[in-house]
Parts: sequence; C-alpha cells; structure tokens
Amino acid sequence: MVVTITVNGTKYTDDISPDLPLLDYVRSKGCLSVKRGCETSNCGLCTVHLDGKPVLSCSVLAVRANGRQVTTLEGLEEEARAFGAFLADEGGEQCGFCSPGFIMNVLAMAHELDDPTDEEIREYLAGNLCRCTGYQSQLRAIRKYLTSKKEG
Amino acid sequence: MFTAQNYVMASSLEEAYTFNQKKANAILGGGCFLRLSKKRIHTLIDLSALSLDKIEEFDEEFRIGAMVTLRDVETNDALRASFGDGFYEMVRHIVGVQFRNCATIGGSLAARFGFSDILTFLLALDCEVELAHAGRMPLCEYAAMKPDRDVLACLYVKKNGRRAVYQTVRQTKTDIPVLACAVSVLNGEYRAVVGARPARAMAVSFDPADPDWISKTVNAFSFGSNMRASEEYRRHLAVVLLTRAYNAIREE
Ligand SMILES: Cc1cc2nc3c(=O)[nH]c(=O)nc-3n(C[C@H](O)[C@H](O)[C@H](O)COP(=O)(O)OP(=O)(O)OC[C@H]3O[C@@H](n4cnc5c(N)ncnc54)[C@H](O)[C@@H]3O)c2cc1C
Ligand code: FES
Ligand code: FES
Repeated sequence: MVVTITVNGTKYTDDISPDLPLLDYVRSKGCLSVKRGCETSNCGLCTVHLDGKPVLSCSVLAVRANGRQVTTLEGLEEEARAFGAFLADEGGEQCGFCSPGFIMNVLAMAHELDDPTDEEIREYLAGNLCRCTGYQSQLRAIRKYLTSKKEG
Repeated sequence: MFTAQNYVMASSLEEAYTFNQKKANAILGGGCFLRLSKKRIHTLIDLSALSLDKIEEFDEEFRIGAMVTLRDVETNDALRASFGDGFYEMVRHIVGVQFRNCATIGGSLAARFGFSDILTFLLALDCEVELAHAGRMPLCEYAAMKPDRDVLACLYVKKNGRRAVYQTVRQTKTDIPVLACAVSVLNGEYRAVVGARPARAMAVSFDPADPDWISKTVNAFSFGSNMRASEEYRRHLAVVLLTRAYNAIREE
C-alpha cells in the first residue's frame, strides 16, 4: 500500500506492507534511536510522537501514520539535549536502549501537562518500565527541567 | 506479531461488516492486542474513515465511537462532568499513556477480555452498544456473548444520574488486575460488578438494607485461580473491594 508519512519534517512516499509496524518504518528512515524492548506492548522503549501524541511505535502500524507527522528523538534534538543535561546532573541518565523512549515521553508530558504534581508525573511515565538509574533522580531531573522551561 | 496481506479503509459500516465475515480477516482497533497474536490475517479492516473517533454528548446519553482511544475517555471533560473520576479510574492503570493513546474502546469491548477494567466499570453504568448488523443492545447482553464477527460501531452511556465507584487490586502498577470491582446506585437501587474473577465481568443487584448483603453478593459470583491469584484470595478481595466501593458511594 502506498503511504505518505512525514518523519521529523521530511515527507516520504513508500509502498509498504500493511503489517509493517511504525517502529520498523522509522528505523528504515534512519531513526535508529527507536528501539524495540519487548514483544508485548509493555515497555515504552519504542515511544514516538504521532501528530504530537506519544504512542507505541511497535503497536501502531505504519499504514496508520499515512498523511500524518511522526517525530522521533532525532527530530527533537535540541529539547532532548536540554532535558538530557538535567538527567545527567541528577545521575538519572539511562542506557542507550531505554533513554530515547523515556525522553520522548517526558517531552510529550512537558507539552501536554501544565504544572504536573509528582503523582501526575509518575503516572504519565508509568508506561516506561525501566528505571535502572533510580526513580528519585529522574523525578528530580524532570522537576528541574520543567521549572527551567517555565522560567524560560 | 501477526502478518497481513491486504488492508482496506472501510467506506461504510456495511462494507466493514461484509469484509469481517471472512474468518481470515480482522478489524484493526488500536492493534495493541492483535499484535500479540501470530495470526495470518488476509485483510485488515480499518474503521478510521467512519468518524468513529468522537465522544458526543446528547441530552440523555453519550455516544463514544469504537475508534475513541482509552486516553480520550480518560481526559474528556464532558465525561468527567457527568461521571466524576470514573472513566479516569477505569483506565489509569492500563499499561501507560502511550498505550492508551493507541488502544480503542471498540477493541476493548469486542474482545470481551476476562481481565477487563473497562467492561467491569462500564457494566456498572447503564450502557448499550451499537453493532453494524445486530443494531443496539444492552452492554450486559453483548458482554455475555461469545466473540462474534459483527462490527462494534459505538458505545452509548446513559446520563441517568447513576453513580459508580471503581476499585481494583493489581500485583504491580501496570499489570492486569487480580480483581476488578464496581458498585453503582440509581434511585436507591444498587448494583455490584466483579471482573477479572478471572472470568468476564458480570453484574448483580443487591440490597444494602439486608445485613447479609455482602456475603450474598459475593456468593452470586464464581471465582477461579490462575497465575495471579487463588480463588480464595479473589473471594476475599471481592468482599473488601465491594465494601469499600459501597462505602465510597454512600459518602459521596
Ligand atoms: C500488554 C497489555 C496489557 C493490557 N492491560 C490491560 C489492563 O490492565 N486492563 C484492561 O482492561 N485491559 C488491558 N489490556 C487490553 C487493552 O486495554 C485493550 O482492550 C486491547 O489492547 C484491545 O484494544 P485495541 O484497540 O488494541 O484492539 P485490537 O488489538 O486492535 O483488537 C482486539 C480484537 O478486537 C477486534 N476488534 C477491534 N475493534 C473492533 C470493532 N470495532 N468491532 C469488532 N471487533 C473489533 C480485533 O479484530 C481483535 O480481534 C491490555 C492489553 C495489552 C496488550
Ligand atoms: S517495544 Fe515494548 S512497548 Fe513497544
Ligand atoms: S535497561 Fe536501560 S536503563 Fe535499564
């Protein structure tokens, strides 16, 4: 099936198989930050933004992105770097597998929620399973990042 | 992951229904559950072009299209104004925000999962579903049927003033429930729903004026054991959760 999908601002037209997950489609466009960490729609590693909303690219079929905008970490380099610095300062950075999906979901949350409470932050990020480097350090990094964004 | 050879964007419900009569074909909801299967699907049927992604409020009911996501019902202001935190409580433990941005109400109801938070809470309200072929029927009737090949078009939730409280216990935050319970009341008539028994959710009415209401209510349900919990533990939890839900409703 022929689809037109915008990935990080670039429009692609391709003839794809209907069962191709969005994850494999964006990886084929060089977005190698997007990782598959499970086979059960559970881990959150594959998070990308579809028309601005965070989704699991392992579960969404690429045909569903037809005519829509997909954003991966590669497309949000500046924001990702800004938040990454807070993560590093708090000792909350994660491995190369887990970081991209986690950061993508944090950035989606920063766009969607105004002044979230700690409980709201935890709930928004519950779908990113791995917290190897610690829940507290990440929560501190997120709070400081949100504050710095607000103060501009 | 399943495989699929073809893909159709249905242009009407009838067309979707016709395609869905073939066993080798499948309707694509959010695809979150479908992807766990290794099915070899001939044609995937997409309902995305049928405007079924809307939550509409009318004088007497809400109409929620089959393609509305779990996140949509969770964050919808009109549903919150009518049912308080109910819809939020129903879905907040389901995997994560990214997942709930994908999974749909249609897929959740059509699959009639035994572990469903969604079926449990909705059976506590007064709901109907609309199917392409069978038309409108009460949700409790639909929920009791075996999965069939009809197409679920939308869910109707009555705005009749029924109040419902939802309670669940899980082993870890985003796991499926060990037990799901809801209690609702309308004009002094109480209803208890228990799901994840681990069998499918079912509703019974009860009279809290009866001093034995809790044991009679719990005895109206069957419970089973599986890897998450024993029958005995589920029965015990049912007493606790139904009592809590009942107390919460009385205090509201
Ligand atoms: C990892 C995981 C964890 C989960 N945890 C929970 C939980 O804790 N609590 C809970 O309540 N649920 C849970 N679920 C279920 C989830 O909430 C959804 O109900 C499920 O993913 C189905 O929704 P979907 O839109 O993804 O449907 P799909 O996967 O697209 O479809 C499911 C089935 O329904 C059919 N179908 C889809 N739409 C229609 C329609 N309109 N008419 C007729 N048939 C249709 C499909 O052909 C398929 O057979 C979980 C699912 C997964 C994968
Ligand atoms: S790869 Fe695990 S949720 Fe998508
Ligand atoms: S496995 Fe990657 S940070 Fe835990």
